[in-house]
Amino acid sequence: MVLDNKISKIQELIYEISVGEVMKTNLVTVSPQTPMSQLREILRDKRISGTPVVEGDKLVGIISIEDFIKWLADREPDCPIREKMIKDVQTLYADEPLTQAVNKFEQFGFGRFAVVDHEDKRLLGIITKGTIVEGLLKKLEIDRYEEEEVYRRRIKHFFEDILADKVSLFFQYDVAGGDFSRGGEGAGRLKATLRRLGIAPQIVRRVAIATYEAEMNLIIYTDGGNIRVRVEPHEIFVSVRDSGPGIPDVEKALVPGYSTAPEWVRELGFGAGMGLDNIRKCATKMGLRSTVGKGTQLSIHISIEDGAKSETVGADSKPES
Amino acid sequence: MKLSELIQNLNLSVRSAQENLEREVTGGYASDLLSDVLAHSREGDLWITLQVHQNIVAVASMKDLAGIILVNGREPEQETIEKAETEDIAIMVSELSAFELVGRLYGLGVTGMR
Repeated sequence: MVLDNKISKIQELIYEISVGEVMKTNLVTVSPQTPMSQLREILRDKRISGTPVVEGDKLVGIISIEDFIKWLADREPDCPIREKMIKDVQTLYADEPLTQAVNKFEQFGFGRFAVVDHEDKRLLGIITKGTIVEGLLKKLEIDRYEEEEVYRRRIKHFFEDILADKVSLFFQYDVAGGDFSRGGEGAGRLKATLRRLGIAPQIVRRVAIATYEAEMNLIIYTDGGNIRVRVEPHEIFVSVRDSGPGIPDVEKALVPGYSTAPEWVRELGFGAGMGLDNIRKCATKMGLRSTVGKGTQLSIHISIEDGAKSETVGADSKPES
Repeated sequence: MKLSELIQNLNLSVRSAQENLEREVTGGYASDLLSDVLAHSREGDLWITLQVHQNIVAVASMKDLAGIILVNGREPEQETIEKAETEDIAIMVSELSAFELVGRLYGLGVTGMR
């Protein structure tokens, strides 16, 4: 399915893009009087395999490395390029669609075509399979960027477009206990989603950090749980629940540096007792409730309005000297 | 300074995101504690660590870090490389110790303050 889509997208582009858009314009040309013996250096220095032959600004032929090799192999005396170049040059017009170029490459099997002006036949550039591929890739990239931009703008006005007394969006991410390989997956997906919603980057980062820490707590200490996120115009609310084992002393758990993490977890760089403290610094308001044997509920409120000024993590807590 | 310039200057081996090396490095942070990095690193920082497991990628991605340098010639785990490719996070390996590497980075103008 995906493959089919891509092919048709490229086919579309081949009709849409003109030869002039992908051709190479900073041209190396030679004169018909240039001796064949000099061609090797020109091709080598410019790293090209062929070049148009130009008299004045008129295209009179094309010469390639194959012609040069043939001349060498035949051990003929030195002569002007004029005598060995291909004179019956196949050209393309800059305003033709790229599909014409693709057809001509197939038809003639040449490595390059000169591109000339439709009216005065002036040489404008050169096109090779390489320039076509490059042009297509560039266009695909631009298209993707534009699509993403349109998408972003559209979703940015999402809230404004909904007519209601109260609007909120809800997402849920499920987290499996003990699965380190997926650590941060939920937080990462949430981060990408909030960005698409057009939420300010510093708010997105705070939500992402708090959610990441909470997600790692679920992975390290619990049998799993879920992260529920409610996005409202003024606030993002993240609720993290698990079904056990629960925290015996919530007050202690909140003390920076206090940790019950086993040694192997610490070796991975987790479990330093900074997680909940990080979350608290990111949050506008944080709540932690836990019942041993039943589970823990962590609630994180991050205000969108006061976001920029209250970004404590990364701003205030950075050691400066 | 760009990642590519640092790679050349410090003889770093690139292990992921080969195509993302033109990124600008605006500072540096050295730590092996993930929560510490989450709390104190800043966007555009280069992160110096000896942790090689895949969660370093999540942290770098979460904080929009410019890249990760592993010290003492420590190699990233295969899963770490795969994740880094998906997230487009550059991971580099240096034979130097953290102390020595940070010193040289500082000499090249990568600092911990802005």
